[in-house]
Amino acid sequence: MGRTLYDKIFEAHTIRAQADGMCLLYIDRHLINEVTSPQAFESLRLERRKVWRPRGNFAVADHNVPTTRRDEGITDEISRIQVDALRANCAANEIVHLGMDNERQGIVHVVGPELGITLPGMTIVCGDSHTSTHGALGALAFGIGTSEIEHVLSTQTLLVRRSKNLRVTIEGRLPAGCSAKDLALAVIGRIGTAGATGHAIEYAGAAVRDLSMEGRMTLCNMSIEAGAVAGLIAVDATTLQYCRERFYAPQGSDWDRAALEWRALQSDPDARFDADVVMNASELSPQVTWGTSPDMVVDITGVVPDPALVSEPGRRASCARALEYMGLSAGVPIESIALDKVFIGSCTNGRIEDLRAAASVLRTLGGRVASTIKLALAVPGSGAVKREAEAEGLHGVFMAAGFEWRDPGCSMCLAMNADRLEPGERVASTSNRNFEGRQGAGGRSHLVSPAMAAAAALRGHFTDIRTFAVNGTLQ
Amino acid sequence: MIEAFSSHTGLAVPLDRDNVDTDAIMPKQYMKSIARLGFGPYVFDEWRHEDVGYYGKPASERVIAAGFVMNQPRYAGASVLLTRRNFGCGSSREHAPWALFQYGFRVLIAESFADIFYNNCCKNKMLPIVLNAQDIETLLAQVSAVPGYALKVDLPAQTVTTPDGTTLHFDIAASVKARLLDGTDDVDDTLSLASEIKAFEERRLNERPWL
Repeated sequence: MGRTLYDKIFEAHTIRAQADGMCLLYIDRHLINEVTSPQAFESLRLERRKVWRPRGNFAVADHNVPTTRRDEGITDEISRIQVDALRANCAANEIVHLGMDNERQGIVHVVGPELGITLPGMTIVCGDSHTSTHGALGALAFGIGTSEIEHVLSTQTLLVRRSKNLRVTIEGRLPAGCSAKDLALAVIGRIGTAGATGHAIEYAGAAVRDLSMEGRMTLCNMSIEAGAVAGLIAVDATTLQYCRERFYAPQGSDWDRAALEWRALQSDPDARFDADVVMNASELSPQVTWGTSPDMVVDITGVVPDPALVSEPGRRASCARALEYMGLSAGVPIESIALDKVFIGSCTNGRIEDLRAAASVLRTLGGRVASTIKLALAVPGSGAVKREAEAEGLHGVFMAAGFEWRDPGCSMCLAMNADRLEPGERVASTSNRNFEGRQGAGGRSHLVSPAMAAAAALRGHFTDIRTFAVNGTLQ
Repeated sequence: MIEAFSSHTGLAVPLDRDNVDTDAIMPKQYMKSIARLGFGPYVFDEWRHEDVGYYGKPASERVIAAGFVMNQPRYAGASVLLTRRNFGCGSSREHAPWALFQYGFRVLIAESFADIFYNNCCKNKMLPIVLNAQDIETLLAQVSAVPGYALKVDLPAQTVTTPDGTTLHFDIAASVKARLLDGTDDVDDTLSLASEIKAFEERRLNERPWL
């Protein structure tokens, strides 16, 4: 019987399989950030263990770094200690580290692919759940905890339970005004936040093949919001073209050998999936979350749902609770929801295409950020994204509209630095989680695409960007 | 070295919600700490407190949310957490299980757990138990109705016993169970296979110099 893409990568890295389904897996790349690694390095020191393969690791500070006035360093003492600890730990263990002052610094899930640290067929882990992003390149990538970070540092392996296979097939074409982010939210809305628990998702179908690598990364990024630790997409010409020019990508005859191997990173036609979900992109509308879980999502043309109409008691209670936290009433049209802040960025939507999409809306609509918006942030996902955007003049578009143009980092996605919501503030955010307090204690998050966030910034409330799409595309 | 887990009897507290995420269990502002300890006071911080907390804020300045279930006197000292679906979803932060353990929890019982969180609990000798929806419903009803409701958990037998003597069975992977029981260190175990790993690695890297 045929094998899935997940099966193929998993088996190619299995050193030893146990009878109960746990496998010792070889890890090609371990990506490291400042927040989840210090305790692992400390344990290594206490146990007098060495890093197994320093070259298999790559570190970058992203969660805690400020997005303004970098030349002044980090003023928050506790954050500074954590960022300094990463630098010291990497230096002591000969691990490549991009510090805050490095021009290639950025969010680890943006930097990995753009430097070719992430390549097809690899196993990739990181102490961050959005490691699923890297599966867009036909790699098996998943988030781990700090104990597992210690295990990978010490052994370059992990004990992993094999996942089941879930295929999400998205046929059709994305309509104007819709993006990979809307697809991701629609998938989560369909299967729920635990819909893929215990599974790896493979995204397939025409709408997925039509996505750019940036779009594929957005889609795979939010697999974890559907409960899957990993999301994967088969390698095709788009993947190979993306990888070709990357700094750490193989060159010359090595490239030819690698590309030959990578082209085979597909599920076999007769591969068996444990579950299948089929959707059609052509029916999609721009998506907006209204609650405190990413599966609480509706079309932009919709209204805030009425918990009383939810039949299942647990879900009904969750919805009622979410409305109370969000300060919303059932039946309120999504387009009428007024915002306080707008955030464009994160490992979900901080890539060049995302910034282009947002800037395109700003150009098309013209004018400035609504006077009721206290803060509109555009935070590139990496130094490379920032430079590319500036070369295209996008920073000028954002700033002319009244956005602040910041330095790269996780920023308001999880608000570990100064970029955050105050209690009660409401944000249109291109990030991945609308959990209570995620973007600041008491903050209220609505997840949307970059284009939708840009339009919301100008109008001060959500607005259907399809109403000003010209000839099917935004100008 | 973290102590082994074998059996545990403790007061249960209900957290009657689906999708409790790790941001709720351990808010990000406390994750700036580079230590492994000190997270217990901040578990479920925004639900347990009325004020906005920060790392190092003195306990005397905190405003307790009296209505939150864990703050009710009848549940003081609870070490078994009863909850619903998809507990521990979201961020992979191991700070969440650290905080739960350091607060005093030893057993978590839910209808389902997020995958990464489940692994992280086991690495910290805190036992995540999955029971079916009907059993969870029964336990949640009983814990609210019966003051002092304690559950007895026997890992070798893979059972949960309620105060009325009902015994419920749970599943757990054999190797995960063995590690919880004997308290051995995962890394030491894996390093005993160092030559096997080395051979695998050399073959893989030789065939693929770009790695």
